[in-house]
Amino acid sequence: MNMSNLVRTGAGLLMPFVLVFGFYIVIHGHLTPGGGFQGGAVIATAFVLLIVAHSRETIRERISLGFLKNTETLGLMLFIVTALIALAAGIAFFGNWLVNTGSLFGTPVAFGINPGDLNTGGVIPIMNIAVGLEVLGAMSVIILAMLSVVRGDA
Amino acid sequence: MMDLIIQGLILIGLLLSAGMIWYFRDLLSAAISFGVFSFLLSLEFLILQAPDVAIAEAAIGAGLTTAIFILAIRATEKDPEADAE
Repeated sequence: MNMSNLVRTGAGLLMPFVLVFGFYIVIHGHLTPGGGFQGGAVIATAFVLLIVAHSRETIRERISLGFLKNTETLGLMLFIVTALIALAAGIAFFGNWLVNTGSLFGTPVAFGINPGDLNTGGVIPIMNIAVGLEVLGAMSVIILAMLSVVRGDA
Repeated sequence: MMDLIIQGLILIGLLLSAGMIWYFRDLLSAAISFGVFSFLLSLEFLILQAPDVAIAEAAIGAGLTTAIFILAIRATEKDPEADAE
């Protein structure tokens, strides 16, 4: 079954905006409300929009289950490796080994009320990105698995 | 005062959309009504100053759950006897 032309065009028009909003929530997780889980769920909604709007054959051709599974694994690996590097750096498990070092995400936080600097937080933004990738992969895999048991031409 | 009025309107909308889910015979209409319910609930979370929960509710309640329902409705067939009632 194909959804109507209106639904397909609307999903295609909306998807880039939903994607940008989701990535914004993930990247700004340590400054504004939201974070890895919420942003990943919003990005997954963008994919699910396409999955609902198009027929199963189109989805099979365009979106591969393996790629989404790899995304999920990459997120989990990034999360645990970031936590393990802290052990190698000589501080506790999950310790913040990047904060105030001046490198990536390492700028010291300015004192007082300020608009917020994206380049702060140490490992927290990295872990937000990892959780975002993991949630995006997992939720899309759930929807694709549900689609695969649908019989007929749905 | 303004806050109270907006919250009252949203709560009335929540009750109405929840009643719509029960009232509709057409399953697709009921699923969309559930999406409206989730959207109003996330607005209420936002007014109660929990933007974190509001984003999660909007993405999962209004987006993913509605999509799962629509996929399930697409996968099943209409029961002709249910229509006759």
